[in-house]
Amino acid sequence: MDKDSIDRIVDKYHGEASYLIQILLEIQSENNWLPKEALKRVSDKLDVPLTRVQHIATFYKAFSVVPKGRHKVHICVGTACHVRGASRILDTVEEATGIKPGETDLELKYSLETVNCLGCCALGPVMEIDGKVHGKMAPGKTSDVLKNYE
Amino acid sequence: MSDILLQIDGKEVSATEGMTLLSAARTAGISIPTLCHHEKLEPFGGCRLCIVEVEAGGWTKLVVSCVYPVEENLIVRTRSEKVDRIRKSILELLLAHAPDAFELQDLAKEYGADKNRFEKDASFCIHCGLCVRYCAEVKKKNAIGFIDRGIRKEISFIPEIAARECNDCKECFPLCPTSYLQAVFVLTEGLAFSSPSSGSATEE
Repeated sequence: MDKDSIDRIVDKYHGEASYLIQILLEIQSENNWLPKEALKRVSDKLDVPLTRVQHIATFYKAFSVVPKGRHKVHICVGTACHVRGASRILDTVEEATGIKPGETDLELKYSLETVNCLGCCALGPVMEIDGKVHGKMAPGKTSDVLKNYE
Repeated sequence: MSDILLQIDGKEVSATEGMTLLSAARTAGISIPTLCHHEKLEPFGGCRLCIVEVEAGGWTKLVVSCVYPVEENLIVRTRSEKVDRIRKSILELLLAHAPDAFELQDLAKEYGADKNRFEKDASFCIHCGLCVRYCAEVKKKNAIGFIDRGIRKEISFIPEIAARECNDCKECFPLCPTSYLQAVFVLTEGLAFSSPSSGSATEE
């Protein structure tokens, strides 16, 4: 992510330190993660110590200080999905993508994450990709769904 | 500004408005144990060890004396059975993180805390924030800060700032209640294992 796009986001909030989280969220959504250079730039522009920016960027789960893939794959392993076989869904997704929960593949295509409930237990087991819910998953169906995301 | 009169451990104490219970007690020569308190720094209320029992209007409640402002006619007990029991538990929890810290061991002896009560997870850091706050408030360098949260929270130096500032300062090292070496280790780690250009210094 280049300096100009960071500056543009910071300037949109008139460089006000109280908008730090909003600014970080916007960088996160444009870039998928928060590189150290970006944190440094935000810290300089807002005149907020880098330690504080770093603390906030590592505190919230919405932020990532390591690269994330283009598609966020969330597998629900909450109680309802678990009893309906979420672990087998997870196994097949791990196999198809070659990554474990919390990891991102080398091509930055997928980031895999387990979540504890997506609130649609009737659809379980549930897999969510980029916010879109894929319900009533079966181990055989996961790779077909993943195929649609490049 | 009129003086505020209160009673600490049965002793009449006068304090001025805005003072904390801890400073009022210390002025009166009553000692309350603390780990995260430092005179030059803003109250933090992090270690909870300075907890005391406060009685006002017939009710008692437990408050953290380093952040609780004095009030007229308060009755404060710094060593009740309840307070001692809580301090003992706090110490036992802290000792799981820093079993060999001298300051903790001395307090543990006083309160009868058993350092083997909880499974040990020696991280050496008890999150008192002294180094972090001292660097920010007194030195105004912000070379060290907290990262992450909850059980994964740790202190971490910013390599670029630390490389520039820390060699001549090191004033945060002796502040650490658990181990002088803790900050030294984290500083060395910060300087040695991340190159300023890699962008991965904040990585877990």
